Amino acid sequence: MSVAASLSFDLAAGGVRELNAALHAGEAAEYRVLEPGGRHAVAAGAMDEVEVLIEGSVGYYCAGMNQRATVRVRGNAGVGVAENMMSGRVFVAGDASQAAGASAHGGLLAIAGNASARCAISLKGADVVVRGSVGHMSAFMAQSGRLLVCGDAGEALGDSLYEARIYVRGEVASLGADCVEKEVRDEHRAEIVELLAAAGFDDVEVADFRRYGSARRLYNFDVDNAGEY
Amino acid sequence: MCGIVGVYSKSDRFSAELGTHLAAMLAEMSHRGPDSAGVAVYRDPVAAGQAKVSLRAEDGIDREALTEALDRGLGLERLETQGDSFALATVHAEPAAAEAWIGAELPGLQILGAGRQIEIYKDAVHPDEFIARFDVGDLSGSHALGHTRMATESRVTAAGSHPFSTGRDLCLVHNGSLSNHNRLRDELAREGTVFRTANDSEVAAAYLTRRIAGGEGLEAALESCLENLDGFYTFAVGTADGFAVLRDPIACKPAVMAETEEWVAMASEYRALAVLPGAAAARVWEPEPGVVYSWGGESA
Repeated sequence: MSVAASLSFDLAAGGVRELNAALHAGEAAEYRVLEPGGRHAVAAGAMDEVEVLIEGSVGYYCAGMNQRATVRVRGNAGVGVAENMMSGRVFVAGDASQAAGASAHGGLLAIAGNASARCAISLKGADVVVRGSVGHMSAFMAQSGRLLVCGDAGEALGDSLYEARIYVRGEVASLGADCVEKEVRDEHRAEIVELLAAAGFDDVEVADFRRYGSARRLYNFDVDNAGEY
Repeated sequence: MCGIVGVYSKSDRFSAELGTHLAAMLAEMSHRGPDSAGVAVYRDPVAAGQAKVSLRAEDGIDREALTEALDRGLGLERLETQGDSFALATVHAEPAAAEAWIGAELPGLQILGAGRQIEIYKDAVHPDEFIARFDVGDLSGSHALGHTRMATESRVTAAGSHPFSTGRDLCLVHNGSLSNHNRLRDELAREGTVFRTANDSEVAAAYLTRRIAGGEGLEAALESCLENLDGFYTFAVGTADGFAVLRDPIACKPAVMAETEEWVAMASEYRALAVLPGAAAARVWEPEPGVVYSWGGESA
Protein backbone atom coordinates (compact mmCIF):
# COMPACT_ATOMS: atom_id res chain seq x y z
CA MET A 1 0.00 0.00 0.00
CA SER A 2 1.31 3.45 -0.85
CA VAL A 3 1.39 6.06 1.86
CA ALA A 4 -0.13 9.44 1.04
CA ALA A 5 1.67 12.61 2.10
CA SER A 6 -1.49 14.07 3.56
CA LEU A 7 -5.12 13.05 3.99
CA SER A 8 -7.97 15.35 4.94
CA PHE A 9 -11.13 14.37 6.80
CA ASP A 10 -14.14 16.66 7.18
CA LEU A 11 -16.11 15.39 10.17
CA ALA A 12 -19.15 17.63 9.57
CA ALA A 13 -20.96 14.60 8.15
CA GLY A 14 -19.46 12.07 10.57
CA GLY A 15 -16.50 10.01 9.46
CA VAL A 16 -14.63 9.51 12.76
CA ARG A 17 -14.46 5.77 12.06
CA GLU A 18 -13.01 6.40 8.60
CA LEU A 19 -10.39 8.77 10.02
CA ASN A 20 -9.38 6.33 12.73
CA ALA A 21 -9.35 3.38 10.32
CA ALA A 22 -6.99 5.29 8.01
CA LEU A 23 -4.79 6.17 11.00
CA HIS A 24 -4.67 2.55 12.14
CA ALA A 25 -3.88 1.32 8.63
CA GLY A 26 -1.07 3.85 8.24
CA GLU A 27 -2.49 5.40 5.08
CA ALA A 28 -0.75 8.79 5.37
CA ALA A 29 2.06 10.70 7.03
CA GLU A 30 -0.15 13.64 7.92
CA TYR A 31 -3.86 13.90 8.67
CA ARG A 32 -5.89 17.08 8.64
CA VAL A 33 -9.19 16.94 10.50
CA LEU A 34 -11.76 19.64 9.70
CA GLU A 35 -15.02 20.50 11.48
CA PRO A 36 -14.53 18.11 14.42
CA GLY A 37 -17.63 19.63 16.08
CA GLY A 38 -16.92 18.11 19.50
CA ARG A 39 -17.05 14.52 18.23
CA HIS A 40 -15.67 11.77 20.43
CA ALA A 41 -12.65 9.53 19.95
CA VAL A 42 -11.08 11.69 17.24
CA ALA A 43 -7.64 10.28 16.35
CA ALA A 44 -7.83 7.58 19.01
CA GLY A 45 -5.48 4.64 18.82
CA ALA A 46 -2.84 6.06 16.47
CA MET A 47 0.25 3.83 16.32
CA ASP A 48 2.67 5.50 13.92
CA GLU A 49 4.90 8.53 13.92
CA VAL A 50 2.46 10.77 12.04
CA GLU A 51 1.10 14.31 12.43
CA VAL A 52 -2.60 14.84 13.11
CA LEU A 53 -3.89 18.42 12.88
CA ILE A 54 -7.39 18.93 14.24
CA GLU A 55 -8.95 22.25 13.25
CA GLY A 56 -11.45 22.85 16.06
CA SER A 57 -12.77 21.43 19.33
CA VAL A 58 -13.07 17.73 20.06
CA GLY A 59 -15.20 15.64 22.41
CA TYR A 60 -14.19 12.75 24.65
CA TYR A 61 -11.01 10.65 24.48
CA CYS A 62 -9.28 12.50 21.66
CA ALA A 63 -5.88 10.87 20.97
CA GLY A 64 -6.67 8.16 23.48
CA MET A 65 -4.16 5.29 23.59
CA ASN A 66 -1.88 7.34 21.35
CA GLN A 67 1.45 5.81 20.34
CA ARG A 68 4.15 7.83 18.55
CA ALA A 69 1.78 10.25 16.79
CA THR A 70 1.82 14.03 17.28
CA VAL A 71 -1.75 15.25 17.64
CA ARG A 72 -2.51 18.98 17.67
CA VAL A 73 -5.98 20.18 18.69
CA ARG A 74 -6.63 23.76 17.55
CA GLY A 75 -9.52 24.17 19.97
CA ASN A 76 -10.72 22.69 23.25
CA ALA A 77 -10.71 19.02 24.23
CA GLY A 78 -13.44 17.12 26.08
CA VAL A 79 -13.12 14.52 28.82
CA GLY A 80 -10.08 12.23 28.80
CA VAL A 81 -7.86 13.75 26.11
CA ALA A 82 -4.81 11.49 25.58
CA GLU A 83 -6.11 9.01 28.14
CA ASN A 84 -3.90 5.96 28.34
CA MET A 85 -1.39 7.50 25.92
CA MET A 86 1.69 5.28 25.54
CA SER A 87 4.00 7.66 23.67
CA GLY A 88 3.90 10.54 21.22
CA ARG A 89 2.79 14.12 21.82
CA VAL A 90 -0.62 15.74 22.17
CA PHE A 91 -0.99 19.54 22.11
CA VAL A 92 -4.26 21.28 23.01
CA ALA A 93 -4.44 24.97 22.06
CA GLY A 94 -7.47 25.69 24.26
CA ASP A 95 -8.84 24.16 27.46
CA ALA A 96 -9.15 20.49 28.35
CA SER A 97 -12.04 18.98 30.29
CA GLN A 98 -11.81 16.43 33.10
CA ALA A 99 -9.37 13.55 33.35
CA ALA A 100 -6.91 14.93 30.80
CA GLY A 101 -4.06 12.45 30.39
CA ALA A 102 -5.77 9.90 32.63
CA SER A 103 -3.66 6.81 33.13
CA ALA A 104 -1.17 7.86 30.44
CA HIS A 105 1.95 5.68 30.40
CA GLY A 106 4.27 7.80 28.29
CA GLY A 107 4.57 10.71 25.90
CA LEU A 108 3.69 14.38 26.41
CA LEU A 109 0.32 16.09 26.83
CA ALA A 110 0.60 19.88 26.67
CA ILE A 111 -2.46 22.04 27.31
CA ALA A 112 -2.17 25.76 26.54
CA GLY A 113 -5.36 26.68 28.43
CA ASN A 114 -6.76 25.23 31.65
CA ALA A 115 -7.54 21.61 32.48
CA SER A 116 -10.45 20.86 34.79
CA ALA A 117 -10.89 18.23 37.51
CA ARG A 118 -8.85 15.04 37.82
CA CYS A 119 -6.12 16.10 35.39
CA ALA A 120 -3.45 13.35 35.17
CA ILE A 121 -5.49 11.01 37.36
CA SER A 122 -3.71 7.67 37.80
CA LEU A 123 -0.80 8.91 35.70
CA LYS A 124 1.54 6.03 34.89
CA GLY A 125 4.58 7.67 33.33
CA ALA A 126 3.60 10.41 30.89
CA ASP A 127 4.35 14.12 31.19
CA VAL A 128 1.36 16.46 31.47
CA VAL A 129 2.12 20.18 31.17
CA VAL A 130 -0.65 22.75 31.66
CA ARG A 131 -0.10 26.44 30.84
CA GLY A 132 -3.16 27.46 32.88
CA SER A 133 -4.72 25.92 35.99
CA VAL A 134 -6.03 22.46 36.90
CA GLY A 135 -9.18 21.48 38.80
CA HIS A 136 -9.72 19.41 41.91
CA MET A 137 -8.30 15.92 42.51
CA SER A 138 -5.58 16.34 39.92
CA ALA A 139 -2.88 13.64 39.92
CA PHE A 140 -5.11 11.45 42.12
CA MET A 141 -3.28 8.14 42.66
CA ALA A 142 -0.67 9.14 40.09
CA GLN A 143 1.97 6.43 40.02
CA SER A 144 4.73 7.69 37.82
CA GLY A 145 5.41 10.56 35.42
CA ARG A 146 5.23 14.33 35.86
CA LEU A 147 2.46 16.92 36.12
CA LEU A 148 3.54 20.54 35.71
CA VAL A 149 0.98 23.31 36.21
CA CYS A 150 1.87 26.92 35.43
CA GLY A 151 -1.30 28.28 37.06
CA ASP A 152 -3.19 27.13 40.15
CA ALA A 153 -4.31 23.69 41.32
CA GLY A 154 -7.74 22.89 42.81
CA GLU A 155 -8.51 20.99 45.98
CA ALA A 156 -6.91 17.70 47.00
CA LEU A 157 -3.94 17.87 44.66
CA GLY A 158 -2.03 14.60 44.52
CA ASP A 159 -4.39 12.66 46.78
CA SER A 160 -3.06 9.13 47.47
CA LEU A 161 -0.08 9.88 45.29
CA TYR A 162 2.54 7.24 44.48
CA GLU A 163 5.77 8.25 42.74
CA ALA A 164 4.59 10.83 40.19
CA ARG A 165 6.18 14.27 40.59
CA ILE A 166 4.08 17.44 40.63
CA TYR A 167 5.19 21.03 39.99
CA VAL A 168 2.82 23.97 40.49
CA ARG A 169 3.66 27.63 39.95
CA GLY A 170 0.49 29.21 41.42
CA GLU A 171 -1.73 28.56 44.41
CA VAL A 172 -2.67 25.07 45.52
CA ALA A 173 -6.18 25.09 47.05
CA SER A 174 -5.31 22.08 49.21
CA LEU A 175 -3.15 18.99 49.15
CA GLY A 176 -4.76 15.55 49.14
CA ALA A 177 -4.00 12.72 51.56
CA ASP A 178 -0.30 11.89 51.73
CA CYS A 179 0.75 14.66 49.31
CA VAL A 180 3.35 17.07 50.69
CA GLU A 181 5.47 19.94 49.44
CA LYS A 182 9.09 19.00 48.81
CA GLU A 183 12.29 20.91 48.25
CA VAL A 184 13.09 22.08 44.70
CA ARG A 185 16.70 21.10 43.99
CA ASP A 186 18.79 21.70 40.86
CA GLU A 187 17.74 18.42 39.27
CA HIS A 188 14.10 19.50 39.66
CA ARG A 189 14.76 22.92 38.15
CA ALA A 190 16.33 21.14 35.17
CA GLU A 191 13.24 18.97 34.93
CA ILE A 192 10.96 22.05 34.94
CA VAL A 193 13.01 23.64 32.14
CA GLU A 194 12.82 20.43 30.15
CA LEU A 195 9.05 20.11 30.55
CA LEU A 196 8.35 23.76 29.67
CA ALA A 197 10.57 23.49 26.60
CA ALA A 198 8.93 20.27 25.45
CA ALA A 199 5.51 21.91 25.75
CA GLY A 200 6.66 25.13 24.11
CA PHE A 201 5.80 27.28 27.15
CA ASP A 202 9.26 28.79 27.50
CA ASP A 203 8.00 32.22 28.63
CA VAL A 204 7.25 30.86 32.12
CA GLU A 205 9.58 31.73 35.01
CA VAL A 206 11.18 28.54 36.33
CA ALA A 207 12.09 29.93 39.74
CA ASP A 208 8.45 30.28 40.84
CA PHE A 209 7.53 26.57 40.79
CA ARG A 210 7.07 24.49 43.91
CA ARG A 211 7.35 20.74 44.03
CA TYR A 212 4.89 18.26 45.54
CA GLY A 213 5.20 14.53 46.02
CA SER A 214 4.19 11.56 48.09
CA ALA A 215 4.99 11.48 51.81
CA ARG A 216 4.85 7.67 51.39
CA ARG A 217 2.83 7.26 54.57
CA LEU A 218 0.09 5.26 52.85
CA TYR A 219 2.43 2.67 51.39
CA ASN A 220 2.35 0.33 54.34
CA PHE A 221 -0.36 -0.78 56.70
CA ASP A 222 -0.29 1.08 60.01
CA VAL A 223 -1.73 -0.85 62.94
CA ASP A 224 -3.14 2.40 64.34
CA ASN A 225 -5.56 2.42 61.40
CA ALA A 226 -6.85 -1.12 62.01
CA GLY A 227 -10.14 0.29 63.30
CA GLU A 228 -10.79 1.92 59.93
CA TYR A 229 -11.23 -1.41 58.16
CA MET B 1 -25.94 8.69 31.86
CA CYS B 2 -28.35 11.31 30.55
CA GLY B 3 -27.98 14.30 28.26
CA ILE B 4 -29.10 17.75 29.24
CA VAL B 5 -29.20 21.01 27.34
CA GLY B 6 -30.32 24.53 28.16
CA VAL B 7 -30.41 27.65 26.05
CA TYR B 8 -31.24 31.24 26.95
CA SER B 9 -31.81 33.77 24.20
CA LYS B 10 -30.48 37.30 24.26
CA SER B 11 -32.01 38.48 20.96
CA ASP B 12 -35.45 38.49 19.34
CA ARG B 13 -34.00 36.87 16.25
CA PHE B 14 -32.60 33.96 18.23
CA SER B 15 -35.84 33.63 20.25
CA ALA B 16 -37.81 33.28 17.02
CA GLU B 17 -35.74 30.30 15.95
CA LEU B 18 -35.13 28.84 19.42
CA GLY B 19 -36.81 25.53 18.53
CA THR B 20 -34.51 24.87 15.58
CA HIS B 21 -31.49 25.19 17.85
CA LEU B 22 -33.06 23.28 20.72
CA ALA B 23 -33.88 20.39 18.38
CA ALA B 24 -30.32 20.31 17.02
CA MET B 25 -28.88 20.30 20.54
CA LEU B 26 -31.22 17.56 21.69
CA ALA B 27 -30.41 15.39 18.67
CA GLU B 28 -26.70 15.66 19.51
CA MET B 29 -27.44 14.32 23.01
CA SER B 30 -29.52 11.33 21.90
CA HIS B 31 -26.60 8.90 22.39
CA ARG B 32 -26.54 9.87 26.08
CA GLY B 33 -30.21 9.06 26.57
CA PRO B 34 -32.18 7.01 24.06
CA ASP B 35 -34.96 6.02 26.53
CA SER B 36 -36.97 9.20 26.55
CA ALA B 37 -36.78 12.88 25.78
CA GLY B 38 -38.41 16.12 26.79
CA VAL B 39 -38.23 19.87 26.54
CA ALA B 40 -39.53 22.86 28.47
CA VAL B 41 -39.91 26.10 26.59
CA TYR B 42 -40.78 29.54 27.93
CA ARG B 43 -42.88 31.75 25.65
CA ASP B 44 -46.08 33.73 25.11
CA PRO B 45 -46.98 34.67 28.71
CA VAL B 46 -50.70 34.40 29.40
CA ALA B 47 -52.73 37.27 30.87
CA ALA B 48 -53.02 37.89 34.61
CA GLY B 49 -55.46 35.48 36.19
CA GLN B 50 -54.73 32.80 33.60
CA ALA B 51 -52.51 29.72 33.57
CA LYS B 52 -50.92 27.51 30.94
CA VAL B 53 -51.07 23.83 31.88
CA SER B 54 -49.21 21.06 30.04
CA LEU B 55 -51.19 17.82 30.22
CA ARG B 56 -50.79 14.22 29.18
CA ALA B 57 -53.18 11.26 29.22
CA GLU B 58 -51.79 7.73 29.03
CA ASP B 59 -54.94 6.44 27.37
CA GLY B 60 -55.33 9.35 24.99
CA ILE B 61 -56.93 12.78 25.25
CA ASP B 62 -60.64 13.06 24.55
CA ARG B 63 -60.56 16.60 23.22
CA GLU B 64 -64.26 17.23 23.43
CA ALA B 65 -64.61 15.92 26.98
CA LEU B 66 -61.50 17.79 28.14
CA THR B 67 -62.71 21.06 26.59
CA GLU B 68 -66.06 20.68 28.36
CA ALA B 69 -64.50 19.76 31.72
CA LEU B 70 -61.88 22.53 31.77
CA ASP B 71 -64.40 25.15 30.68
CA ARG B 72 -66.87 24.07 33.35
CA GLY B 73 -64.29 23.85 36.13
CA LEU B 74 -61.85 26.65 35.37
CA GLY B 75 -62.99 28.56 32.31
CA LEU B 76 -61.11 27.58 29.17
CA GLU B 77 -59.32 30.19 27.07
CA ARG B 78 -57.63 27.84 24.64
CA LEU B 79 -56.82 24.15 24.15
CA GLU B 80 -54.19 22.79 21.81
CA THR B 81 -53.68 19.08 21.43
CA GLN B 82 -50.67 17.32 19.98
CA GLY B 83 -50.95 13.73 18.87
CA ASP B 84 -53.27 11.49 20.85
CA SER B 85 -52.01 12.03 24.34
CA PHE B 86 -50.83 15.58 24.85
CA ALA B 87 -52.65 18.87 25.48
CA LEU B 88 -51.70 22.45 26.34
CA ALA B 89 -54.55 24.28 28.04
CA THR B 90 -54.86 27.98 28.86
CA VAL B 91 -57.41 28.40 31.63
CA HIS B 92 -58.88 31.25 33.69
CA ALA B 93 -57.28 30.38 37.00
CA GLU B 94 -54.00 30.88 38.84
CA PRO B 95 -51.48 28.10 38.00
CA ALA B 96 -51.63 26.51 41.47
CA ALA B 97 -55.43 26.58 41.53
CA ALA B 98 -55.59 25.10 38.03
CA GLU B 99 -53.23 22.29 39.05
CA ALA B 100 -55.22 21.59 42.20
CA TRP B 101 -58.54 21.43 40.36
CA ILE B 102 -57.26 19.25 37.52
CA GLY B 103 -55.48 16.96 39.99
CA ALA B 104 -58.68 16.46 41.96
CA GLU B 105 -61.29 16.39 39.17
CA LEU B 106 -59.50 14.82 36.20
CA PRO B 107 -57.47 11.96 37.70
CA GLY B 108 -56.75 10.40 34.29
CA LEU B 109 -54.56 13.36 33.37
CA GLN B 110 -50.87 13.83 34.18
CA ILE B 111 -49.96 17.45 34.84
CA LEU B 112 -46.51 17.99 33.33
CA GLY B 113 -46.24 21.61 34.40
CA ALA B 114 -48.13 24.83 34.98
CA GLY B 115 -47.34 28.50 34.93
CA ARG B 116 -47.74 31.65 32.91
CA GLN B 117 -45.12 30.81 30.29
CA ILE B 118 -43.84 27.28 30.62
CA GLU B 119 -44.78 24.56 28.15
CA ILE B 120 -43.50 21.04 28.75
CA TYR B 121 -43.41 18.27 26.18
CA LYS B 122 -41.96 14.84 26.99
CA ASP B 123 -42.42 11.22 26.08
CA ALA B 124 -40.81 7.81 26.44
CA VAL B 125 -39.55 7.63 22.87
CA HIS B 126 -36.16 8.05 21.20
CA PRO B 127 -35.13 11.72 21.02
CA ASP B 128 -35.25 11.74 17.21
CA GLU B 129 -38.83 10.50 17.26
CA PHE B 130 -39.69 12.95 20.04
CA ILE B 131 -38.33 15.90 18.02
CA ALA B 132 -40.44 14.89 15.01
CA ARG B 133 -43.58 14.05 17.00
CA PHE B 134 -43.67 17.34 18.89
CA ASP B 135 -42.33 19.58 16.09
CA VAL B 136 -39.62 20.83 18.47
CA GLY B 137 -37.94 22.67 15.58
CA ASP B 138 -40.99 24.93 15.20
CA LEU B 139 -40.96 26.18 18.79
CA SER B 140 -39.97 29.73 19.64
CA GLY B 141 -39.27 31.19 23.06
CA SER B 142 -36.99 33.15 25.36
CA HIS B 143 -35.31 30.09 26.91
CA ALA B 144 -35.63 26.34 26.98
CA LEU B 145 -34.34 23.18 28.59
CA GLY B 146 -34.04 19.72 27.10
CA HIS B 147 -33.25 16.24 28.33
CA THR B 148 -32.46 12.83 26.90
CA ARG B 149 -32.79 10.07 29.45
CA MET B 150 -30.95 6.85 30.14
CA ALA B 151 -32.95 5.68 33.13
CA THR B 152 -31.24 4.56 36.32
CA GLU B 153 -33.42 5.48 39.30
CA SER B 154 -36.97 4.80 38.17
CA ARG B 155 -39.15 3.43 35.38
CA VAL B 156 -39.00 4.46 31.73
CA THR B 157 -42.34 6.21 31.34
CA ALA B 158 -43.48 9.52 29.90
CA ALA B 159 -44.22 10.75 33.43
CA GLY B 160 -40.74 9.74 34.59
CA SER B 161 -39.14 11.66 31.74
CA HIS B 162 -37.59 15.06 32.25
CA PRO B 163 -38.06 18.04 32.47
CA PHE B 164 -39.67 18.06 35.90
CA SER B 165 -41.79 20.96 36.98
CA THR B 166 -43.23 21.17 40.46
CA GLY B 167 -44.06 24.84 40.80
CA ARG B 168 -45.20 27.75 38.78
CA ASP B 169 -42.93 28.08 35.74
CA LEU B 170 -40.05 26.38 37.56
CA CYS B 171 -38.47 23.51 35.74
CA LEU B 172 -35.39 21.33 36.09
CA VAL B 173 -33.39 18.86 34.03
CA HIS B 174 -30.87 16.63 35.78
CA ASN B 175 -27.94 14.46 34.82
CA GLY B 176 -26.92 12.30 37.74
CA SER B 177 -28.56 10.50 40.63
CA LEU B 178 -29.47 11.65 44.12
CA SER B 179 -28.85 9.45 47.14
CA ASN B 180 -30.99 11.23 49.73
CA HIS B 181 -34.11 11.68 47.62
CA ASN B 182 -36.31 9.34 49.69
CA ARG B 183 -35.77 11.22 52.95
CA LEU B 184 -36.13 14.57 51.19
CA ARG B 185 -39.31 13.39 49.43
CA ASP B 186 -40.82 12.43 52.80
CA GLU B 187 -39.93 15.81 54.28
CA LEU B 188 -41.36 17.74 51.33
CA ALA B 189 -44.50 15.57 51.24
CA ARG B 190 -45.09 16.29 54.92
CA GLU B 191 -44.92 20.00 54.08
CA GLY B 192 -47.55 19.54 51.37
CA THR B 193 -45.73 18.78 48.10
CA VAL B 194 -47.64 16.33 45.90
CA PHE B 195 -45.26 14.00 44.04
CA ARG B 196 -46.31 12.50 40.72
CA THR B 197 -43.48 9.99 40.25
CA ALA B 198 -40.83 8.00 42.16
CA ASN B 199 -38.11 9.88 40.29
CA ASP B 200 -35.19 11.43 42.21
CA SER B 201 -35.04 14.44 39.89
CA GLU B 202 -38.64 15.36 40.70
CA VAL B 203 -37.49 15.64 44.33
CA ALA B 204 -34.79 18.12 43.29
CA ALA B 205 -37.36 20.19 41.39
CA ALA B 206 -39.73 20.08 44.37
CA TYR B 207 -36.92 21.07 46.73
CA LEU B 208 -36.14 24.16 44.62
CA THR B 209 -39.83 25.03 44.38
CA ARG B 210 -40.13 24.88 48.15
CA ARG B 211 -37.04 27.06 48.72
CA ILE B 212 -38.26 29.67 46.22
CA ALA B 213 -41.76 29.61 47.71
CA GLY B 214 -40.03 30.29 51.04
CA GLY B 215 -38.75 33.57 49.63
CA GLU B 216 -35.32 32.69 48.22
CA GLY B 217 -34.17 33.73 44.76
CA LEU B 218 -33.16 31.09 42.23
CA GLU B 219 -29.47 31.56 42.91
CA ALA B 220 -29.80 31.24 46.71
CA ALA B 221 -32.11 28.25 46.32
CA LEU B 222 -29.54 26.52 44.12
CA GLU B 223 -26.73 27.33 46.54
CA SER B 224 -28.69 25.58 49.28
CA CYS B 225 -28.68 22.42 47.12
CA LEU B 226 -24.98 22.12 47.89
CA GLU B 227 -25.90 21.63 51.56
CA ASN B 228 -29.02 19.57 51.25
CA LEU B 229 -28.79 17.37 48.16
CA ASP B 230 -26.53 14.36 48.33
CA GLY B 231 -25.47 12.64 45.15
CA PHE B 232 -24.32 13.41 41.64
CA TYR B 233 -25.92 16.21 39.74
CA THR B 234 -25.58 18.65 36.95
CA PHE B 235 -28.77 20.73 36.92
CA ALA B 236 -30.12 23.17 34.37
CA VAL B 237 -33.02 25.14 35.80
CA GLY B 238 -35.54 27.49 34.23
CA THR B 239 -37.89 30.00 35.80
CA ALA B 240 -40.28 32.45 34.13
CA ASP B 241 -37.40 34.77 33.28
CA GLY B 242 -34.29 33.01 34.53
CA PHE B 243 -31.88 30.25 33.59
CA ALA B 244 -29.27 28.67 35.86
CA VAL B 245 -26.76 25.82 35.99
CA LEU B 246 -25.25 24.02 38.97
CA ARG B 247 -22.89 21.04 39.29
CA ASP B 248 -22.28 19.13 42.49
CA PRO B 249 -18.93 19.77 44.22
CA ILE B 250 -17.40 16.48 43.04
CA ALA B 251 -18.47 17.22 39.44
CA CYS B 252 -18.79 13.62 38.29
CA LYS B 253 -21.29 14.61 35.65
CA PRO B 254 -20.07 16.65 32.72
CA ALA B 255 -21.17 20.12 31.67
CA VAL B 256 -19.92 22.73 29.28
CA MET B 257 -21.20 26.22 28.66
CA ALA B 258 -20.88 28.79 25.90
CA GLU B 259 -21.96 32.38 25.44
CA THR B 260 -22.22 34.80 22.52
CA GLU B 261 -23.96 38.16 22.07
CA GLU B 262 -27.09 36.24 21.05
CA TRP B 263 -27.29 33.33 23.47
CA VAL B 264 -26.06 31.48 26.52
CA ALA B 265 -26.18 27.69 26.44
CA MET B 266 -25.15 24.65 28.45
CA ALA B 267 -24.95 21.01 27.53
CA SER B 268 -23.58 17.73 28.81
CA GLU B 269 -21.12 17.69 25.92
CA TYR B 270 -19.61 20.33 23.66
CA ARG B 271 -21.01 18.68 20.52
CA ALA B 272 -24.47 19.95 21.49
CA LEU B 273 -23.10 23.50 21.61
CA ALA B 274 -21.13 23.16 18.38
CA VAL B 275 -24.42 23.12 16.42
CA LEU B 276 -25.39 26.64 17.61
CA PRO B 277 -24.83 29.66 15.34
CA GLY B 278 -21.53 31.35 16.10
CA ALA B 279 -20.36 28.50 18.34
CA ALA B 280 -16.85 28.50 16.88
CA ALA B 281 -16.31 32.07 18.10
CA ALA B 282 -18.24 31.69 21.38
CA ARG B 283 -16.68 31.95 24.82
CA VAL B 284 -16.62 28.33 25.97
CA TRP B 285 -15.97 27.16 29.53
CA GLU B 286 -16.59 24.30 31.86
CA PRO B 287 -18.72 25.38 34.84
CA GLU B 288 -16.82 25.10 38.12
CA PRO B 289 -18.05 22.47 40.57
CA GLY B 290 -20.37 23.85 43.24
CA VAL B 291 -20.76 27.27 41.60
CA VAL B 292 -24.14 28.65 40.52
CA TYR B 293 -24.26 30.25 37.07
CA SER B 294 -27.41 32.22 36.33
CA TRP B 295 -28.90 34.62 33.80
CA GLY B 296 -32.03 36.75 34.01
CA GLY B 297 -34.24 35.80 36.91
CA GLU B 298 -34.84 39.23 38.49
CA SER B 299 -38.31 38.15 39.53
CA ALA B 300 -37.36 34.52 40.15
